[in-house]
Amino acid sequence: MEEDKIINQLKEKFGEKILDAKIQRARRVVITINRDDIYEVCKYLYENGYEYLSCISAVDYEDRFESVYHIFNAKTRVLVQIKAIIPKDDPKIKSVYSIWKAADWFEREAYDMMGIVYEGHPDLRRILLPHDFKGFPLRKDFKLTPAQWFEKKG
Amino acid sequence: MEPIILTLSLQKIKDFLEEFILREARIRAMWPLTFGLACCAIEMMATGCSRFDAFERFGMLFRASPRQADLMIVAGTVTKKMAPLVRRLYEQMPEPKYVIAMGECAISGGPFYDSYSVVDGVDKIIPVDVYVPGCPPRPEGLIYGIIKLQEKIRRGEIKR
Repeated sequence: MEEDKIINQLKEKFGEKILDAKIQRARRVVITINRDDIYEVCKYLYENGYEYLSCISAVDYEDRFESVYHIFNAKTRVLVQIKAIIPKDDPKIKSVYSIWKAADWFEREAYDMMGIVYEGHPDLRRILLPHDFKGFPLRKDFKLTPAQWFEKKG
Repeated sequence: MEPIILTLSLQKIKDFLEEFILREARIRAMWPLTFGLACCAIEMMATGCSRFDAFERFGMLFRASPRQADLMIVAGTVTKKMAPLVRRLYEQMPEPKYVIAMGECAISGGPFYDSYSVVDGVDKIIPVDVYVPGCPPRPEGLIYGIIKLQEKIRRGEIKR
């Protein structure tokens, strides 16, 4: 099976770095890694047919952040979902912009909403919210009050 | 029977006629600004299209410039990023000017109430004359709102 094949390949290559790997359902593989290994795992997947980055998102848990990558193989139609664990007090992770140009806006959006800093991104600034917005609105500890208002500049 | 004494002077009659003519003229040519923010704008377009044909029948014509418009139909969600632009467009309209808040979002924020990015009602940034409820309102609702605004102008309640 294609799902087992990619899990075995990843475990063989990265060993203990793959914290968890499972087949969620047909053609959907979920692996969990630490943030330090994200670039190598993505590079390896990219070189092994997983050429299409369809989504980067971020999740706020009580004890950690997760940056979630959906990487698709158009030939075998398998989608690998990588969950990278990021500590709460230091929300930084290496950017995958140099592998996929598509990561540009995904990473900017995750930074905009969740405040995760993608190191190595060429132009990491807010994409949807005004540039003088304070805080990151999708974090659980974001406060709605006092309400923020913005000026139109220029 | 006591005689009725006419106290109306010629000047007063002239003033009344001027006011009357001006109001009726404003009612019959309220040109709205081409301005839609969300799904309510689709319903506003439907109001203007052939099934209802409401705007043309009221002598209304969508103008693409705020400097030629009398009426602003705020159709849709006003985000906080958009709020300064809405305010600027309103200030660029020549007086007298009127505002219809169309739909739940423009009235109170609607489903996005208490959001980090949505203004809780467009009346926080510009004065509103008529509120048209609905999510989105049907064209009949918008037509009724326009008629209500016309009645309001005719009664002379809007002093701007």
